[in-house]
Amino acid sequence: METNMPLTLNTFTQLENFGHSLRAPSYRFRPTRTEGICEVLRLAEESGLKVTIRGAGRSYNDAALNGGGIVLDLSTMNQILEWDPTTGRVRCEPGVTLEKLWQRVEPEGWWPPVVSGTMKTTLGGCLSANIHGKNNFKMGTIGEHVLEFTALLPTGAEITCSPTENSDLFYAMISGLGMLGVFTSITLQMKHVESGLLEVHAWPVHDLHEHLACLLEQAPHHDYIVGWMDSMHGGKNLGRGQIHAANYLHGNEDPNPQETMRLGNQVLPPRIFGVFPKSILYLFMAPFANNLGWWGVSTAKYIASLRKHTFRQAHAAFHFLLDYVPNWELSYGRGGLIQYQSFLPKETAEDTWREMIELSLKLGLPSYLGVTKRHRPDKFLLTHALDGFSLALDFKVTDRNRSALSKMLQEFDRMVLKAGGRFYFAKNSETSAEAARAFLGEETIQKFKELKKRCDPNNLLESDLFRRVFG
Amino acid sequence: MLESNRPFSEENLSNYPKPAATPLNPRRRGIIIGASEGIGAVLAQRLAREGYTLALLARREDKLGSLCEQINQASGEHRARSYVHDVAEYEKVPGLLRRIVADLGGLDLVVFVAGVNYPPGGIDQYNFENDRQMIEVNLIGAMAWLSPVAEMFQSAKAGQIVGFGSVAGDRGRVGNPGYNTSKAGLATYLEALRNRLTRHGVNVLTVKPGFVQTAMLKAAQGSTPFSIPPEKAVEDIWNAMKKRKQVIYTASIWRWIMLAIQHTPSIIFRKLSF
Repeated sequence: METNMPLTLNTFTQLENFGHSLRAPSYRFRPTRTEGICEVLRLAEESGLKVTIRGAGRSYNDAALNGGGIVLDLSTMNQILEWDPTTGRVRCEPGVTLEKLWQRVEPEGWWPPVVSGTMKTTLGGCLSANIHGKNNFKMGTIGEHVLEFTALLPTGAEITCSPTENSDLFYAMISGLGMLGVFTSITLQMKHVESGLLEVHAWPVHDLHEHLACLLEQAPHHDYIVGWMDSMHGGKNLGRGQIHAANYLHGNEDPNPQETMRLGNQVLPPRIFGVFPKSILYLFMAPFANNLGWWGVSTAKYIASLRKHTFRQAHAAFHFLLDYVPNWELSYGRGGLIQYQSFLPKETAEDTWREMIELSLKLGLPSYLGVTKRHRPDKFLLTHALDGFSLALDFKVTDRNRSALSKMLQEFDRMVLKAGGRFYFAKNSETSAEAARAFLGEETIQKFKELKKRCDPNNLLESDLFRRVFG
Repeated sequence: MLESNRPFSEENLSNYPKPAATPLNPRRRGIIIGASEGIGAVLAQRLAREGYTLALLARREDKLGSLCEQINQASGEHRARSYVHDVAEYEKVPGLLRRIVADLGGLDLVVFVAGVNYPPGGIDQYNFENDRQMIEVNLIGAMAWLSPVAEMFQSAKAGQIVGFGSVAGDRGRVGNPGYNTSKAGLATYLEALRNRLTRHGVNVLTVKPGFVQTAMLKAAQGSTPFSIPPEKAVEDIWNAMKKRKQVIYTASIWRWIMLAIQHTPSIIFRKLSF
């Protein structure tokens, strides 16, 4: 709602991260127009407070939190401004979610070229973190499909960036964590699809070596590939799990594309087995969210995955696993969860992850979920990607395991840095300034700070993450 | 209500970096109003040792500064920062609160321990000016802080408030009517906040000290039975905070003494000289 009232710093809103493990009181403003963003920036300047830009709040860490400061929530700037189904070009406001985007373009035979594991993320957030999907090895990050964006800088300048125009800012604002300016519109190229379905192959892998070899060898033959790792088992079974690889359907492989592309065939069903409402499923998961319970769940899942099979699945069902069980993250209890994702070169990944998982099992702090992907490097300034693999591990946080978990993750950081690895700012919440400097390199950080000085000379844009990593 | 958008005064600006909170290092943050000496100063040291990052408020800059330095040196971190403030300057509270929350990056705890005690000097002496100051500092000063804090914690659905009643607030007695009134008023105000905020997940702890060996005790007249050092009082307070208790006496024996005193019939109480 837009009003003509002057903005005031009235009451705090308590904002959280996706994993519910951080809480920060902030003054939240939700403008719907560019002028509203200007007003918020002016208020920040007058009051001496910092501004953090927030979209859907789906970061696992403090990227969209600003304790005691102003949060510029762009989730209400959510209009699709232009959509051309002949070329697949779409221009959106930054608060448009992937959900809104795919639901608009899919029935006409298009699909976002890169999507995250949840469709609730906003495009502004996707660009700021430069997200990747299960096709990173083939399609790169979302930034590689941005044709152009417009942004408002804290200096008051309104700029247009593309790979050819203001290209230094193009490659820095995408991946720039919302610290250089505010996206006001984003133009993306969609990917043409000939069917609403993907052909999915699922097969088991029995240890870490086979797991990574499969990702490496099979990736070139598929459009998407992702691994599930049963990270609760060590020894010779360490790294066992299941690979899902998917391909687009072409030509007449899908006899009735009009039907499969219908939205009704894409929406995730609200009930499991047709009866059980998924909206309360997380309550029934909670009792299993402990070491013993989850060991049982993981083992059962692995046994179920031993059957090699091929099936067809709608795009939305394949991609948005995190949306399958609404509020799943609440099942981790009061302390919430954290995710630790490391990116390692293909040469060092196996040894490093073996060491990491063995350490977590030895300390009695197993990860409840491991997800592996295949990656390729990109040109963006604060990039997380490299020619290798990533492993994302979820850990439950409790008051009792906090300090032990913290020590273990510091040890993980050392292993990853030693192995030439990288981290991802949308995920890891414990990365220190030293670790960030080590993987980004002094030159990159200097370049980012110079751009920051140029775009935001008074340091109006700061998030808790920025202070933690660059402060 | 924090209605003012005026820039903050530069004098209180702290240059320390904001403490980074992560899920595994959550960094509890607190404000202590009235931290320069007595229970406030000892509590500040204790909370810093327990890992809190603190904003310490008092009128006396020199005392506050040396306390902060002491805490920061002991912890090897910037755990305490100082803000010079007179609680009778109510209109400055909203802006200062906003500044502190921005400096700390959040807020989990507010302790209001500022208080003055001006005994009239005899059971036949009256001094309105002193009475007014006690009400202005002990009661209205607390309300000026706790009202915006309560609003903030209510919307956050989290937080802890610690306020100080007194055994002197449980009964109106001949010795110090003004002080009795200020502490009874504050205890009632804290109870009302508790009733409002418990349903929102906020804990309100009322601490009722007996005699604690601080500068204030020296001003008190007559005998001081069961007096304890401030370190003992702080131990009790910290334990109560951890357990999220509602009301405690320190030393705990005062619970039973005050139970007896509260139930003493007025016909007897009127004839007593304490």
